[in-house]
Amino acid sequence: MSENQIINKEDLVVRFAGDSGDGMQLSGTLFSDASALTGNDIATFPDYPAEIRAPHNTIAGVSGYQVHVGNHIYSSGDKCDILVAMNPASFKSNLKWAKRGATVIVDIDTFTEEALQKAGYTDDPFTDEFERAYTIIKAPITSFTSRIGDAVGVDKKTAEKSRNMFALGIIFYATHKALDHTFAYLERKFAKKPQVVQLNKAVLTEGYEYADKLEVMHSHIVEVAKADQMAKGRYRNITGNVATAWGLLAASEKSGRRLFLGSYPITPATDIMVELAKHKSLGARVFQAEDEIAGICSAIGASYAGALACTSTSGPGLSLKSEALGLAVMTELPLVVVDVQRGGPSTGLPTKTEQSDLAQALYGRNGEAPLVVVAASSSANCFYWAYEAAKLALEHMTPVILLTDGYLGNGSQLFRIPKMDDMPAISPRLATPGDTEYRPFKRDPETFARQWALPGMEGLRHRVGGLEKAPEGNLSTDPENHALMVRNRQEKVNRVANYIPDQTVTGNPDAELLVVGWGGTAGALTLAVEELNNEGKKVAYTHFNYICPLPKNTGDLLRRYKKIVVCELNSGQFANYLRSQFPECAMTQYNKVMGLPFEVGELKEHFNSLLG
Amino acid sequence: MKLANPELSVWVSMGDGDSMAIGGNHLIHAVRRNQDLNVTIFNNEIYGLTKGQYSPTTKFGQVTKTSPFGTIDYPFNPGELVMGAQGTFFARTLDCVPQLTTECMTHAAQHDGCSVVEVLQNCVIFNDKTHAAITDRAVRDDRTIVLEHGKPMLFGKNKEKGLRFNGRLLEVVTLGQDGITIDDIMVHHEDTEDTGIHMMLAHMGGDLPVALGVIRNVKKVSYTQLYEEQMEEQMQSGKYKCMDDLLNSGDTWEV
Ligand SMILES: Cc1ncc(C[n+]2csc(CCOP(=O)(O)OP(=O)(O)O)c2C)c(N)n1
Ligand SMILES: [Mg+2]
Repeated sequence: MSENQIINKEDLVVRFAGDSGDGMQLSGTLFSDASALTGNDIATFPDYPAEIRAPHNTIAGVSGYQVHVGNHIYSSGDKCDILVAMNPASFKSNLKWAKRGATVIVDIDTFTEEALQKAGYTDDPFTDEFERAYTIIKAPITSFTSRIGDAVGVDKKTAEKSRNMFALGIIFYATHKALDHTFAYLERKFAKKPQVVQLNKAVLTEGYEYADKLEVMHSHIVEVAKADQMAKGRYRNITGNVATAWGLLAASEKSGRRLFLGSYPITPATDIMVELAKHKSLGARVFQAEDEIAGICSAIGASYAGALACTSTSGPGLSLKSEALGLAVMTELPLVVVDVQRGGPSTGLPTKTEQSDLAQALYGRNGEAPLVVVAASSSANCFYWAYEAAKLALEHMTPVILLTDGYLGNGSQLFRIPKMDDMPAISPRLATPGDTEYRPFKRDPETFARQWALPGMEGLRHRVGGLEKAPEGNLSTDPENHALMVRNRQEKVNRVANYIPDQTVTGNPDAELLVVGWGGTAGALTLAVEELNNEGKKVAYTHFNYICPLPKNTGDLLRRYKKIVVCELNSGQFANYLRSQFPECAMTQYNKVMGLPFEVGELKEHFNSLLG
Repeated sequence: MKLANPELSVWVSMGDGDSMAIGGNHLIHAVRRNQDLNVTIFNNEIYGLTKGQYSPTTKFGQVTKTSPFGTIDYPFNPGELVMGAQGTFFARTLDCVPQLTTECMTHAAQHDGCSVVEVLQNCVIFNDKTHAAITDRAVRDDRTIVLEHGKPMLFGKNKEKGLRFNGRLLEVVTLGQDGITIDDIMVHHEDTEDTGIHMMLAHMGGDLPVALGVIRNVKKVSYTQLYEEQMEEQMQSGKYKCMDDLLNSGDTWEV
């Protein structure tokens, strides 16, 4: 490396964008892994198209992957400092995500007349105005890689597949990072294809050296601050969906109950099932059902038989599960339902994120059918919320819906690896074989939970089902009994509040303005509030993970603030839920329903306007 | 339930509406996978619980509450559906013949894989006598045939009639007439892998007697067994033995 001036930065956002087949998700992952391994905090956000193979070089086929690295990272970042655009379509659709003054790297070889036209350009995209506003690097990536391909002796198609490595090489140079982690990855990944290893390593190196030869680069090398506040421990990178799967596995191991997952594939939830399907050796029993109804019904059956039973899905799938959720409520069996929310209604925006299934989770069943709802708020803490969902289900004998979303599920973050010994105990409410006092709906006086008798347990023959029962387990249409059972099922869910921690406030607790969030928006909200407080404004912030029931101090907490703004990625479902319980609190809303996460900038602007 | 605890004997009790309409998809997939479940279908050719609407097995043209001018729905035959879904066990019995029902249920319980037993069931209230044309004592022997593995397909009061395959179709013949002897009569093989003959037998009705007893019972490794074998193998050979192993797998580093 020649003598360079290195710029130190607290954080940096890099966005890789290209055609679906350009390997942008891989470049992004390799960059974030290498960053994490070299001590940065990270958060990533894949932004991929709904079409699996959209026509080549079209806007519809653009796939993106944003990586936010630095010292103290809460979210995947609003806009990027460096944009990689592998073709005109990705350049066109992603430039809006680049900060003014950002470095934009394009594969100039792809900017052919035909490709420009396909992307909808009629003129040269590199206008004077553009060139003034951004630092543009027009790298002939395709020609470089095909030359290397010739030298290594692979065909043109194979060579082209390594173009992403060239871009990655430039990024490693620009961020002052070494290539060794990626080398090791390539050697592992293509162990059986030495030629491919050679090709990719050569292209990666070539990209790095190409950057070294560029005059502009020398003044643009960034050294991103390492994370200095991370708790001691062992770390790894993890996506929300994998974390969810592992949380369920962990709960199964801790509780001693077999893990069963009955699911039907649906974006963006499928990866939970894909992950669990790998882990039969850890006892995970995955059943790919014929639809979501069969998924949840098989899980209810598994729960009846004594498993930690789960089903994973996204919005439309949760709709299909509604009736069976009622069965789980009625039979009072433990069940974890994971809903990785996406843009709705109907099939909506399969690959985009939203928080619009909240009302469905809370209310989407016939009859009085209360259940527990919790929400994860970061990719990494999906692990803990899946674990907590399972714990609540098993200890309180109730279905629990865990809400995550596409942003959390597909995004990744650093995860401090817990030790299983440190995880809280889980005590399933198993009945005792031979217990002559056993009645199917006899309740624990504290939790109101019934006991779990498994088929095959001596002397505990009983029945459960969808029809209303008397506490002894016989069918009953008696009006008083029904009223009692309805009250008891509700009371059981209410009493979960006795077993969860109080809601806390961060930021400036004495502020006039309270920002309220829930679920997957924590990253952007935390940063927005932190920045405002650093700027001398006074803002308090509270973020909900326990949705139903709410922590017991919620009302007291809300009543302390004159101004409340509830922020969520829907039209106000949580705000209305809070209003229904605390009508005395005046609440305003900040909503976004665009299939996109919040940006810190827009949040700050809105909060500032409220601060007046 | 069976996957969560393979030790259990699991029975699924359904009506014709449950199994052919609202749960039709689930039935064919359970059958296709050969999941080790014992399924009983109580077929009264009507939605009884909702008071008399036509079901997917109601006879074509029948007047019911929701078909005041006769149905224009062609009915399903559960047996054909099961065989179409590569079913490994199908038996049919009558509600009024407990002994045959017991036999069918026993064979079903013994079968490894998905066994389906169709019970032709009368609905006294909403579809009385729907099966009377075959179940009435006066006609039962002539209108039904109880199939037994390895035995010739004979029926009638004195077992004087039998089934013959004429090269194109099944037909009823009478022993002693036109030189027909017992050697002309088909022998029932419940374990024939090919579904062809079993499908024909399940389809019978009209001029042919309705087939009862175990129509199909073939060996095929069940989903349950395959599942347990995979679990076992992974438990032995899998890389991770506990969660701590998995949590610390792959790229990790110390801070
Ligand atoms: C989701 C749903 N839709 C409709 C019903 C109403 N329903 C109850 S039983 C039934 C028909 C059942 O018919 P069948 O399976 O033939 O049983 P039968 O009553 O004839 O024994 C219907 C439509 C229901 N219980 N649940
Ligand atoms: Mg019926």
